[in-house]
Amino acid sequence: MAAKKMAIIATKGALDMAYPPLILASTAAALGWEVQVFFTFYGLQLLRKDLSGIAISPLANPAMPMPVPMPVIVQMLPGMEWMATTMMKAKMKKKGVASLEELRAVCIESDVKFIACQMTVDLFEFDKSDFIDGIEYGGAAMFMGFAGETDVCLFI
Amino acid sequence: MNYDKEFDASGLACPMPIVKTKKSLADMASGQVLRVISTDPGSVCDMQAFAEQTGHALVSSGTESGKYVFLLRKA
Repeated sequence: MAAKKMAIIATKGALDMAYPPLILASTAAALGWEVQVFFTFYGLQLLRKDLSGIAISPLANPAMPMPVPMPVIVQMLPGMEWMATTMMKAKMKKKGVASLEELRAVCIESDVKFIACQMTVDLFEFDKSDFIDGIEYGGAAMFMGFAGETDVCLFI
Repeated sequence: MNYDKEFDASGLACPMPIVKTKKSLADMASGQVLRVISTDPGSVCDMQAFAEQTGHALVSSGTESGKYVFLLRKA
C-alpha cells in the first residue's frame, strides 16, 4: 500500500495557529504519511531558529477563554499580549501540550518536508540565516506539484 | 499479558502519545508487544486509529488505576 500524502499551507504565525499544522504534520508522519508543509506569509515565523517571539493576542480574539472577563480597551494596553502569551504557555506546559520547538523537531526527525515561500521571504526581507537548516525554498508551482497527488490538503 | 517494552506517556497531550508510541515501536522486532500507558483520554480513540492505519495490532485497550493502558503488537 502506497503511503498516504498530506500537504499543508501554513499561513499564520500566532501561537494558537502555529499548533494545528505542526500537530497534524507530526501525527501524519507517525502514521507513515508523506507530508509537506508550505510556509507562507506569517507562517514563515514558524521556521525561525528562535521561536520565542511567537505570541498570542487577546485582541480581536473574542473566543479566547479568559480567567476573568476583560474589556477590549484593557486588552489593548501595553504588556497584555505578553501576559496572554505567558499565561497560555504556562497552561500548555501544565496540561502536557508539547512546545512548538518539540513538535517541529518531531516533524523534522520524521522527514516532514518544510518549504518556505520564496516570494514572502523576499517580501518581508527575511534573512535566511534566521531560519532553521534543512528547509527548501520554493513557489506555488512547486507546492502544487506535490499537493496534486495528496489525499489531504489543508490551508491553515 | 507479557510485553517486551513499556512506554509511559503519562502527562503528555495530543499528539505526543501517538508520536512517541511510533518512536518506541521503531527499534522493536515484528511480533513484539509494546505496552503504552497514557493519561490523555483522547489517546483511546487515537491509539485505535494509529493501529488501524499503521497495521500494528491493538491487542488490548483498557484502564488501570485511572490510566489508559494499551498493548500493541508490532506488525
